[in-house]
Amino acid sequence: MSHDDHDHADDDPLARRNALRAEALESLLVERGLVQPAVIDAIVERYERDIGPLNGAKVVARAWSDPSFRARLLADGWHAIRELDLPTGPERTPIVVVENTPSVHNVVVCTLCSCYPSSLLGLPPTWYKSPAYRSRVVREPRAVLREMGLELSSGREVCVWDSSAEIRYMVLPERPAGTDGWSEEQLAALVSRDALIGVAVAGPPAGRDA
Amino acid sequence: MGGMHGFGAVVVEANEPVFHAEWEKRVLGMVYQGVGFGWFTIDAFRHAIERIDPVAYLSVGYYGRWLAALERLFVEAGALGRGDVEARLAGRPVAPPSVLPPPGPAAVGFVRALDRAPRFGVGQAVRARVASPPGHTRLPRYVAGRLGQVQRLHPPFVFPDANAHGRGENPQHLYSVRFAAAELWGADAEAGAALHVDLFEPYLEPA
Repeated sequence: MSHDDHDHADDDPLARRNALRAEALESLLVERGLVQPAVIDAIVERYERDIGPLNGAKVVARAWSDPSFRARLLADGWHAIRELDLPTGPERTPIVVVENTPSVHNVVVCTLCSCYPSSLLGLPPTWYKSPAYRSRVVREPRAVLREMGLELSSGREVCVWDSSAEIRYMVLPERPAGTDGWSEEQLAALVSRDALIGVAVAGPPAGRDA
Repeated sequence: MGGMHGFGAVVVEANEPVFHAEWEKRVLGMVYQGVGFGWFTIDAFRHAIERIDPVAYLSVGYYGRWLAALERLFVEAGALGRGDVEARLAGRPVAPPSVLPPPGPAAVGFVRALDRAPRFGVGQAVRARVASPPGHTRLPRYVAGRLGQVQRLHPPFVFPDANAHGRGENPQHLYSVRFAAAELWGADAEAGAALHVDLFEPYLEPA
């Protein structure tokens, strides 16, 4: 049905067609001075090398380590994140950080397109952009999370954030037990991209009830 | 597509690379420059994706959609002729347009000042309007007509419904509105679930 999960295969005629068409389009736009190939290279390199989920993980590690930063982050994530001096590039739009607690689990989606906190997490994974995730996680979040390996207890509310405008959402996961005294670097290593979207929790070390 | 049935399981690719093919990188870079240099707004880009034939939308892949929208926007801007890409693919000569139109002003961010007070306050009950505009909107269909509660007032933002169509930025107040799952999905809702949706003031009416 959808090619979203395999539009990269070399033997896929659609991928071949897209590749040729993109090349033809780029050559025309470059000839007319509308785009610059070097700028394309620089944009791509930024996402391949500099900007990835480690940015978000560092924000979380700081929040776990510094209660006053945590308070500033939850009150105004857009400004608080600047304290870390991360390689995020220019911030175009407000970031709102939503906190997981023993009573609430948060998960982020964009049902209208693929909005994602790219400055903190890099480019979104294919599943985040897929019609299956976009259509289902708003209607049956527990079922989708269960399929993705996260079983939420029935007592915990699940809160779905649909990024329908230009606000970008990132989840602040709960700090795993048994990490007292850990450095921010050690803590950041516990925070996966999926935990920042809310389809996983932070961890290991302790296996825990989500 | 929020709430639609039939798309099956969420397929997760283990250790997925940032890009799957070189052409995806080129398309991403061209789109970012198209916005950055003012050839089109991000709202016009999203609307161009929404205008893709629905069958093609679901079959050409994510960056395939970007590519189709990109080509269309440059054609509509007058910077590319309708058959130029086909001609280039076929190896035929392609003449540039005699007059290349200038791009629009590139906007910086989306937050804008607004000198009127927000109509709704935090905690207030609101109803999302029932609407079905022919153009671009950021009102998800699954909340239309549903009752929610304002959770948070965001800064005022460029209004996509106007900006996507070249009708100016027309900034509007923007709210995070909370909906109980049962309000949206009725008896089919999961227990203990809620949705938070960002909605522009014109999408809302007092409950």
